[in-house]
Amino acid sequence: MTVQTISEVKSEIIAKYPQIELSEAGHFFVPVNQLADIMLDLKVSFGFDFLTNVTAVDYLEHFNVVYNLSKTTAPDMLHIITKVDRKEPQVPSMVSIWGGAIWQEREAYDLLGIIFTGHPNLKRILLDDSWEEHPLRRDFQWEGGRD
Amino acid sequence: MKTQEMLINVGPQHPSTHGVFRVVLTLDGETVVKANSVPGYLHRGIEKILESRTYPQVLPYTDRLDYLAGLLMNWGYVNAMEELMDTEVPERAEHIRVIMGELQRIASHLVATAAYSGDVGGLTGFIYCFRDREDIMDMIEMVSGARLTPSYMRIGGVAADLPDGFLEKCQKFIDYLPTAIEEYNGLITGNEIFQHRTKKVAPITAERAINMSLSGPILRASGVNYDLRKARPYSIYDRFEFDVPLGSNGDCFDRFYLRVLEMTESARIIRQALDKLPDGPINAKVPKIIKPAVGEAYAEIESSKGIMGVYVVSDGSTKPYRIHFRRPSFINLGHFDELIQGWKIADVIAILGSFDIVLGEVDC
Repeated sequence: MTVQTISEVKSEIIAKYPQIELSEAGHFFVPVNQLADIMLDLKVSFGFDFLTNVTAVDYLEHFNVVYNLSKTTAPDMLHIITKVDRKEPQVPSMVSIWGGAIWQEREAYDLLGIIFTGHPNLKRILLDDSWEEHPLRRDFQWEGGRD
Repeated sequence: MKTQEMLINVGPQHPSTHGVFRVVLTLDGETVVKANSVPGYLHRGIEKILESRTYPQVLPYTDRLDYLAGLLMNWGYVNAMEELMDTEVPERAEHIRVIMGELQRIASHLVATAAYSGDVGGLTGFIYCFRDREDIMDMIEMVSGARLTPSYMRIGGVAADLPDGFLEKCQKFIDYLPTAIEEYNGLITGNEIFQHRTKKVAPITAERAINMSLSGPILRASGVNYDLRKARPYSIYDRFEFDVPLGSNGDCFDRFYLRVLEMTESARIIRQALDKLPDGPINAKVPKIIKPAVGEAYAEIESSKGIMGVYVVSDGSTKPYRIHFRRPSFINLGHFDELIQGWKIADVIAILGSFDIVLGEVDC
């Protein structure tokens, strides 16, 4: 088997899934309704066996949920972004594909309020259960600080 | 006979939780049937605070993630910033980073080894490891002025050049380290009670370790050859000769012993870096006011606990729009609840100790 460069891997994925949008910086934008299928295939067919990072960013109009996938056998890494509606921030949970998502998705739920559907135990992890808000949202009002 | 399950709360104030970690155990006799980890007692909201700091001001907060490996946390952040800003770091700075980073890794592994010895009942081993760690703390203090919170790295380089007398002290320590490791092996590794407490306890298979995104010594103890310094070399790690120690059983003993082996490899890297240390500038030309172009970057380094990733989003201003830390202890600990099921309550402490968590990092 010849070793592929990361750009070859990326073009192969894009060829299979034309609905993925490749940004200038090399990031994948995946529509949220196809995220679960594409992610599963990236693991099964393309060998991305290691879900290294899950997080999210609040852009006030929408959320970006960000996944970083890598391989334990090669230096490749993918940066996958999916845009989520801010009023109903739902994305499919990755726990059934990579167990490593279990706490990271809880963290993103706790701090940003992203609902990961299908997560076995989606509850707060860092903050107390009595919290009502999600502090990493940009419109979160906090006391003190420098600004 | 009718038996009843019992609920036991461990922590957050408990010396063997290595900080303020809490876990609620459901026990059947002495056997754990269910575990429910409750982290968050040291949550300071660092990611939120950073929204109102400038890029250089972020650095001291990274010290406070894994406070036993502050330099490696610094490195994780500056590495991501350099990727975002496409900065070329001077040769001398890269060498200094490698030397200091590997010293910090040894210091962190010494704490892990020491604390693990203490956790399973051998307090003597604890004192010996801390004696030698003190030499590294002195060296970190020499370059940065602080022991645990160095904030030594800068975006594009390091804060100051190595002071007089550092190279000799470092060389002396590297020469001495094999003697010390022999001593630990005699005191801890070779101890029969220690081996009985740790061998064949809570093994993790390679498949499970990868699936659960475990990283660092825990992943490699299961036999997975995944060390970013080799797998995806950052900085100048591709120029050094070193091996990646691997375990075979993935049990508590392998996880412990792997760290001892890694100390020797780190010393090998430091020796080569000291030999090759070039002259030259220690900082790249970075603007006084850092305003990265709109965009985002995610970069990872191999910290002492596992993969430390930093995700930075810039909106073009002087303050980060969003910073996220991928903390290895946090993600490793996600497997803990599942792993300890079926083990005795006395093993719980041995298993938690073998994970080598730091709560500053878990809770962020």
